Amino acid sequence: MELYVPILVLAVLAAGFAVFSVTIAPFTGPKRWNRAKLDAYECGIDPTPQPVGGGRFPLKYMITAMLFIVFDIEIIFLYPWAVAFDQLGVFGLVEMVLFIVTVLVAYAYVWRRKGLDWD
Amino acid sequence: MNNTFQAPTIEYGQLAPLLLVFGAAVVGVLIEAFAPRYLRKSFQVPLTFVSLLGAFALILVQVFVSGVPTAPAAMGAVAVDGPSLFIWGVILILAAVSVLLITDDDHFVPQAAAVPGSAEEDDALAEGAAHTEVYPLVLFAVGGMLLFAASNDLLMMFVALEVMSLPLYLLCGLARRRRLLSQEASVKYFLLGAFSSGFFLYGMALIYGFAGTVDLAGISRALGTVSGQDPLLLIGTALLGVGLLFKIGAAPFQAWKPDVYQGAPTPITALMASGTLVAAFGALLRVFWVALGNLDWDWRPVMWGVAILTMVLGAILAITQTDIKRMLAYSSIAHAGFLLVGVIATGDARQNADALSGILFYLLVYGITTVGAFAVVTVVRDAGGEAGHLSRWAGLGKRAPALAGVFAFFLLAFAGIPLTSGFFGKYAVFAAAATGGALPLVIVGVVSSAVAAFFYVRVIVLMFFSEPAADGPTIAVPSMGTAAVVTVAAAATVVLGVFPEPVLRLADQAASTLFIR
Amino acid sequence: MEPAEIFPHSGGVIGVSWLMIALPLLGAAILLLGGRRTDRWGHFLGVAMSLASFVVGVLTFVELLGLGEEQRRRVVELFEFIPGMVNMGLLVDPLSISFVLLITGVGSLIHIYSIGYMSHDPGRRRFFAYLNLFVAAMLLLVLADNYVGMFIGWEGVGLASYLLIGFWQHKPSAATAAQKAFIVNRVGDFGLLVAMFLIWTTFGSFAYGPVLGAAGDANVPATAIGLLLLLGACGKSAQLPLQSWLLDAMEGPTPVSALIHAATMVTAGVYLIVRSGAFFQAAPTAQLVVTIVGVATLLAGAIIGTAKDDIKKALAGSTMSQIGYMVLAAGLGPIGYAFAIAHLITHGFFKASMFLGAGSVMHAMNDEVDMRKYGGLASVMKVTWATFGLGYLAIIGFPLLSGYWTKDGIIEAAMEHSPILGWLAVIGAGLTGFYMSRVFFMTFHGKRRWAEDAHPHESPAVMTWPLILLSIGSVFGGAFLIVGNRFMTFLSPAVGAPEEPLGFHPFSVPGITTLVLVAIGAGYAWTKYGRSEVPAVAPRGSFLTTFARRDLYGDALNESLFMRPGQWLTRLAVFFDNRGVDGLVNGLAAGIGGSSGRLRRIQTGFARSYALSMLFGAAVVAGALLLVGNL
Repeated sequence: MELYVPILVLAVLAAGFAVFSVTIAPFTGPKRWNRAKLDAYECGIDPTPQPVGGGRFPLKYMITAMLFIVFDIEIIFLYPWAVAFDQLGVFGLVEMVLFIVTVLVAYAYVWRRKGLDWD
Repeated sequence: MNNTFQAPTIEYGQLAPLLLVFGAAVVGVLIEAFAPRYLRKSFQVPLTFVSLLGAFALILVQVFVSGVPTAPAAMGAVAVDGPSLFIWGVILILAAVSVLLITDDDHFVPQAAAVPGSAEEDDALAEGAAHTEVYPLVLFAVGGMLLFAASNDLLMMFVALEVMSLPLYLLCGLARRRRLLSQEASVKYFLLGAFSSGFFLYGMALIYGFAGTVDLAGISRALGTVSGQDPLLLIGTALLGVGLLFKIGAAPFQAWKPDVYQGAPTPITALMASGTLVAAFGALLRVFWVALGNLDWDWRPVMWGVAILTMVLGAILAITQTDIKRMLAYSSIAHAGFLLVGVIATGDARQNADALSGILFYLLVYGITTVGAFAVVTVVRDAGGEAGHLSRWAGLGKRAPALAGVFAFFLLAFAGIPLTSGFFGKYAVFAAAATGGALPLVIVGVVSSAVAAFFYVRVIVLMFFSEPAADGPTIAVPSMGTAAVVTVAAAATVVLGVFPEPVLRLADQAASTLFIR
Repeated sequence: MEPAEIFPHSGGVIGVSWLMIALPLLGAAILLLGGRRTDRWGHFLGVAMSLASFVVGVLTFVELLGLGEEQRRRVVELFEFIPGMVNMGLLVDPLSISFVLLITGVGSLIHIYSIGYMSHDPGRRRFFAYLNLFVAAMLLLVLADNYVGMFIGWEGVGLASYLLIGFWQHKPSAATAAQKAFIVNRVGDFGLLVAMFLIWTTFGSFAYGPVLGAAGDANVPATAIGLLLLLGACGKSAQLPLQSWLLDAMEGPTPVSALIHAATMVTAGVYLIVRSGAFFQAAPTAQLVVTIVGVATLLAGAIIGTAKDDIKKALAGSTMSQIGYMVLAAGLGPIGYAFAIAHLITHGFFKASMFLGAGSVMHAMNDEVDMRKYGGLASVMKVTWATFGLGYLAIIGFPLLSGYWTKDGIIEAAMEHSPILGWLAVIGAGLTGFYMSRVFFMTFHGKRRWAEDAHPHESPAVMTWPLILLSIGSVFGGAFLIVGNRFMTFLSPAVGAPEEPLGFHPFSVPGITTLVLVAIGAGYAWTKYGRSEVPAVAPRGSFLTTFARRDLYGDALNESLFMRPGQWLTRLAVFFDNRGVDGLVNGLAAGIGGSSGRLRRIQTGFARSYALSMLFGAAVVAGALLLVGNL
């Protein structure tokens, strides 16, 4: 049971922090409203719905963010390998190359499908 | 730091079916990237079939030539044992059959990103655009299913769960007609799926905290060393169970099923209702029998409750459905309940093998019949696409006797009428459960089957004894693929109903070794 | 005495006894597949097939009689049905042949009668096809030499019954009644199915020979099998608590009520219990439950019969009650088997004759079924009056007529077993005297209370001749079977016989009491319905009358026990699932209307409630595990 005490403490702390910050923010924060601030998500892009008759809305931010996550994860995997690459030897190298190639396939797809073009 | 890593060993031979499917999926992505638009489909379709059938052939080689492995592969992360190989075979067959349905472009949206009803969508339609990404997505999902059913540690299982689910979330949103419904299904499936993944992950964390390992065998060993019940182990078990029960659609985690099955493109629904269910049962069995087998006195009563609720809820709710796909979804919930009866029927090794063999056989026959039934659904159409509303099916027996007859036959198989494959599936599971001391559960199962039989028969009566609607649906001429699916499924349902012996024996053999640890 | 051994058989008429099933089946196939082309002569084909089956049955019977008494159980192997599990064959023995003669004999008469009764119905060909289908299935039920074959026949008669109750689909009440019969029967069927699973896992066989031969072994779950079989029997034979469908089944055409819901199909449960007697003899508890069910139903049926104004429903209540007698007798073991089957046969005659008589009356009265609108019909419908009257006298047990012998036998046997059962059966007999007299007097005697446009007339010969033939059976059948224990001796190789057969005591205390009670019941009915005025609208009546009119609240009970919880569950689920057609339409409308707020509210609202239900479920699962883990 004692093993879990730190977890419980962490859970209480996390919940406490969340509740605290949500409740305190309206009282302490400055309130200077403008139109952009009132938009959903404050991201400067008009939220849906689009003009009548449809239309596409830009996903540029999201695609970039998703690509970032892909490479982020790749780096996370590279760290442990970097720490222990001499013990893992050729096996580690081959596996890592395979992994990077797989990620590059996704990258190639995004690139070929014009996911990297801003306009 | 005396970190002396051992380079892990990986049994590529055992994992070859998995690697082939995943490899083909990656190649599929490359095709999407580099092949010209008009050539993509003619690359993707053969690639998909070759990889699925090739993987199936590799399984046959393992079963009949090189022998079923006796120890887990990849440092204990993946267990390629008898049940795994059987489940892999089933998943690959079901996937190949579903892909036959998928090759019919008419089910998928030309431009998924276009707002429904917009000018862009019309343009894409006129242009004849198509998302051939469907094929690599299906392959990724199938690869995830294969891995999910064979994972021997929780971490691998979680990765497999996500690899299986993420493509399916996308595929659900690609229906050509009734776009809003399809997108809604996709978002809902994603939200609730993510929610259930959270449960799974949290349960995994708690169990890791208890056992100090995510290895299924290791958890089992850790269970053997404790006396008394650690509440956090129990909560971990519960949360892990919730994640898995969500995937099979057991009550009270079934809410997504009708909405998603209805909204998704029907070939994808067929894949989900058959393949995902098979894979999820593989994983569920592995977690509860291998890792938590020593805890069965604790989880079994709860599983009893879940099974009863699932069977009863599925059967009763199906009665009030007016949409054919929703009805099949509730029927799928009820069947998940019947299968859970088998999961509970544990006992000694012999008993476990019997129950497992019953479940394996049930999964195969239910999966095939399900794909067949959804294939029929794709053919009955009216102006707005598939004629989902049951009233539109009235008098179908007069318009298309052969098709209605086949569908009625599938429904009878769902109901478990003798001389259909469904009978032996149910019999195998219920008999194992009855000898395993779960007789009350079997009785609930039989009574729910009776209720379920009522709504199956109601549809049959509707098709054959009602006057056809004046502007009833047209019966589209089925594409080669669809016709093949209906034929294969009907033939399998007959053959397995009249002469189930060889396949039953195969399931017995696969189950005889039980899960390796 | 134990049942005789079963011998394989080939050749002779018995060797081709499968023709009995094949001929009507062929008839049904021709009529259904032939379509309109067979409209003109279809009914004749139906009658011919039924008669041919009867002829084969009689020849089989004669050949069987030619064999020595201990040789009279013959199995005709037909084909391997499910490899390694079921070999299909026919068991021709005294029990099955008794049923065969009843089914084909009475069945043929009812076929003939239907020519007249259905002459104005555009669906006559279809009707005969279903009738033939029924005969074939019923014969399979009684002739199969294993439980699987019996079950196929069992489902076949269920199907035919369903099709025939709902024959007049345009009447919503008929469609509902058909569905009700279907659902209630499913409950019974699944009892039967589970019993069959148990039989298979215990014996590794479905054939009567090996299964029943070993039924008395120590490790056999005979009580469970017996009770499950009883559940099956209750569904098919409209015994408590699965009785509710039979009264509604009267929506079908009257010949159907006569054949299926009086003479044959509803007695399948009695057949099942007698055939599986070995299980019940090994399980006294199951036997006790059988007798209790029988007595409870015979009283409930009689009470319902006293209050119904619809002539067919009154007769249906009486059918329930009489089958209750048979089930009671079947629960008594070998001492009662012969009486159960004998009563079944005589009941087949007199109840069919009365149902057909009722049909004849309805035919004459523009399909009026309310007995309060009858009265004084005796003078215009002499033949119907006479035949119905003989059936009526037979059922109340008028001395020397059929019912007297068989019902008295059952009462005596029950008395022997337990005086409580016996006296309850006596009370039932008294009630029978009252309610059947009520039906008879209200219909044929007293003042004419006809509707303005009613011009009753006697039915055509094609309808009256079957009535006359049936009433011969209702007069002499009982004496023929019972006097000198003739039927018990004949039946004993098939079902065994008691150590010492029950003597016939016409002047025993129960016998006299029965007669007195019947006389009082009939007399009271005469004063109330024969001599005095019968109001055209049923008076409100006491609490008891209402109770009986509402079928003892059987439907209300079903509703609150099964339907309500079901609906409640459905509603609960709809809370998480109000996404049927309405939700879809709403969702679409909102999307197209561009009312994003509403759309968002609907979408996130539902996903949220799903997630909430998941969270709730997860909490319950975790809580339950904790609870179990700490027990």
